[in-house]
This record gives sequence, C-alpha cells and structure tokens, in this order.
Amino acid sequence: MFEVRIHSRGGQGGVTAARLLALAAVRDGKYATAFPFYGAERRGAPVVSFVRIDDAPIRISSQIKKPDLVIVLDPSVMDVVDVLQGLKPGGRVLLNARERRDMKGYPTFTVDLTGIALREKLEVAGSPILNTPVLGALAKMGIVTMESAKSAITEMFSDPRNVSAAEAAYRELVA
Amino acid sequence: MLTVATGNKAVAAAVKEAAPAVVAAYPITPQTEIVEQIAEYVSSGELKSQYIPVESEHSAMAACIGASVTGARTFTATSSHGLHYMHEMVNWAAGARLPIVMANVNRALGPGWNIWAEHTDAFQERDSGWLQVYVGSVQEAFDAVLMAFCIAEDERVLLPVMVNLDGFLLSHTMQPLEIEKAGDFIPPLHLPHAIDPQNPCGYGTLTGPDDYFRLRWDIERSMRDAVDVIRGTQERFARRFGRKYGMVDEYRCDDAEVVIVAAGTLGREAEVAVDLLRDEGTRAGSMRIRWFRPFPRLDLSGRDVVVIDRDYSFGFGGVLAKSIAATEGARPFSVIAGLGGQEVTYEDIAGFVRNRQPGRELWFGVNGDV
Repeated sequence: MFEVRIHSRGGQGGVTAARLLALAAVRDGKYATAFPFYGAERRGAPVVSFVRIDDAPIRISSQIKKPDLVIVLDPSVMDVVDVLQGLKPGGRVLLNARERRDMKGYPTFTVDLTGIALREKLEVAGSPILNTPVLGALAKMGIVTMESAKSAITEMFSDPRNVSAAEAAYRELVA
Repeated sequence: MLTVATGNKAVAAAVKEAAPAVVAAYPITPQTEIVEQIAEYVSSGELKSQYIPVESEHSAMAACIGASVTGARTFTATSSHGLHYMHEMVNWAAGARLPIVMANVNRALGPGWNIWAEHTDAFQERDSGWLQVYVGSVQEAFDAVLMAFCIAEDERVLLPVMVNLDGFLLSHTMQPLEIEKAGDFIPPLHLPHAIDPQNPCGYGTLTGPDDYFRLRWDIERSMRDAVDVIRGTQERFARRFGRKYGMVDEYRCDDAEVVIVAAGTLGREAEVAVDLLRDEGTRAGSMRIRWFRPFPRLDLSGRDVVVIDRDYSFGFGGVLAKSIAATEGARPFSVIAGLGGQEVTYEDIAGFVRNRQPGRELWFGVNGDV
C-alpha cells in the first residue's frame, strides 16, 4: 500500500489532484482511493486530501496517518501546518516551489508548478492550476506512469494545455 | 467502463442505467451530488426521466408515491434530516406497497449540527416496511442500486428499498467504478395495483381493523419472501457481472473464534483488522451487515462477538448489538464508535477485539465503559 497526503488551500484543486492521481493509478492497473478530509473548510484555508494506491482492493476508509509521500501544493501552508507529521522514515516530499529547501532530511523533489501553470496560461478565475501539472512530477517520481498520467488528465480535462503543463513538470522536476 | 468516481456519482450512474420514469428530489449534504448529477443527465438528454425539483423531502417522497401508484419506476435520494422530514411519506410508500428506490447517504442527526457519517438516521426508519441495504464501497453502491430496483419491483416483494452509503466516507470518496450496462438486467416494472390516470375513479383508503391487520401481515410476509428474492437477484447479478454479494459479507469466518460485526465502511475496515489479528495469532473473522431489513441470520454459535454500532438507541443500546443479541442469543461486546463521523481505524477495531468484554458496552473515545 502506497499512501499519499496532499497539502493545499481550499480552492487550489488538491481534491482534484487526488482524484487525478487515483485515476492514473487505476489506468496503471492498480487499485486506488482518493478522499479529502472534510471539515468546515473555506477557500484559502489549509486542507488535506489523501490517496491510497495498492495492488489489491482497498478496504481502509480512515485517514492516512503515516504517508509514504507528502505533496505540498502551497508551501505557505508550512507556516501553519506540520506537513511532515507522520511521514514514514525514507518517505518522500514533493514541493511546489522555485527553490529547493531542506525538509528535515527527507528526500525532497521540487518543481515550480505555479510558474509552469502561469507560463502555460493555465488559470481559473486568476488562480494557477496546479493539479494537472503535478501529475507530471509524480510520473517522473515513478508513482504512476506518464502514459497513465496523461490519460487521466485528458479524461478529466479537454484543454491540451493541461497535458503540456504536466510534460513541463516531468522535465523540470529537481530531485 | 472502468473509471474513478465518488459513491454519489456511482449511485447517479446506476440510476441512469435503471432509467426511472420519475425522479423527485431535494438536495441535502452529503447527498446533493447524486441529484445534481441526475439532473444533469436529464438536462443533457442522457436520461429520459421526468425530474421534479420539489420544495422539501416530504414532497419528494410524496411525488414519488404519486408517480409510483401509476406504475412508474421512481427514485429519490436523501440524507439524515431530509429522511426524517419525509418520515410520514416513508411509511406511506411501504404501506401502499410501492417499489420506490431511494439512496440515503448516512449522516448524523443534529443538534449538534453535523454532516458526517452515522447510521442512526436510517436505522430510525427500521419499522417502516422499507428494505434496507448498507454498502461498503463505491462499486457496491452502484451494484446495490441496480439490484434494488429488481428486488423492490419483484411481485413477491413490492416494497420500497433504501440503499445506504456512509456520508463522505463513501459519498465523497473516489474509488474504481466499473459502470455496467444494465441492459435487460432490470425487468420492466409491472405494478399489479397500479391506478390508471386515463380511467379515473375514487378510492376510499379508510381501512378497518380486520383489513388493516391483514395488510400489515402482508407486508411482513413479503419482507420474509424478500430474503429469497434478494438471494436470487444477487446470484443473477454475480452470473451477469461477476461480483458476489450476500445478506452478510463474511470475511475469514470459517474457523473464527471471534467475529466482528459492523455495517458500511466500518465493516470493510474491520477486514483489515481481521488480517492484523490473524497475524498476531487470533483467529478473527468479520461479518459486514449488508441487509438490515430484512434482518439477516448470522452463524455466531460458539464464537465471541464484537459488534460495532455507528448508531445508538438511547436508553436501549447499539441497534446492531441489541438486534444480534435478540436474534442469535449472542452476548456481544458492544462498541459504540464512529458517531458523527468519529474517526475509527482498523487498529482501533483490532483493539476492540483484543480488549473485548462480552456483555458489556463501550463508548469508544469517551471512556464510556458501562
């Protein structure tokens, strides 16, 4: 079982990122579940979404306490949330950031998803879309295949810029 | 077609396959996505149903009743307070022997205002004459809705069926979903007592004690006959679509010395607890209650029983624990857990089994050991 926790802010598309990742995993022939933590969230408030990926049907509904991977779509949540909480020893971090930063020694992957989205003019109501490019970064990390990542994106979004943004994130991910 | 969908979207996709003539519904969290999606299917022409947006849940069920008495296939969806707002009509639907199918997304009742999972909302409708099934996955939600129409509309049953799925834990959780083409799986509805709007006549519904008593017995007779209809429908489903369902979903029970009983997602999570306990050397098994009405028989003889209730009947006990004590003569360790969406993990469930005290009741997390 591979467990992922996604940190973002309400309205940034963290839930959709979880769904895209689950769909890509299913296209890889695996089982997956994706679910947000539903509280009294508002636009802009820190939120988390979860994804489980496994080779067998997933029977667990409770929240993920010890993720294998933490994705931070909005680094500003790190001021108010301990995004590394419960991260397994050897677990990885994927950061949406321009600069690399130390995440307490955890293997950290960095990609400027916001910059990619702005470059591709991938915006909704003035906010850059992060959830389709992040799939490219996850494919580069080997979580899903790039073929399935693209397939998941095109199944959910018709605008081809989503795929080109994912391809850019695949190329620009820094380990 | 294999996709990834929420439980709500799975219910809507199954309704599209069943193609009811009439859908009447009122939105309520966490069910809203079901009726929104159905409304979209109708608006895009993918589903040729009459969609009636009503002003309340009471009216939603009343509209379904009005449509159903003409022999039309009908569907609605609700949750929690919505279910209770339609309570009067819920009873009427069963008494009038109308095969209405309703999805109920299980949610706690307020106050305190709470939108998360709990089974008390639907358990409170247990004496209404509705059949009730509880699902444990997104796929099962889809499958249960398809089968619900077959079971409700079978002439040996002709009672409404409520398909229950846990709020958020299933309604908003995305899992793989195989959307089946129903084709002729659901036979056309023939309602023997349908009224004919083209041939209007007056009906006096005042029913004296003798006839009323016979009509009540007839509901119970059909509820008993429903067990065979459920089995037959589930077997037909397995042959056609390859997924097997029982009245109860048993997991590693054959040689089990202790059995965990639960409904909904907790029943699925319990299977992981069973694996954990087996690794420790405890011969554990689990029974996930799928059908709550008619209530199933469980093979519990000679076993310890741990029942987890995501519900409570105040002044009495956990509804499942008390039901199993009554029907099987069991002396379960009754755990009350998950009310209002309280987080309960498979590790917690394994702990209930390790620390079981037959005959006692535990309120998980509040030290409510009674």
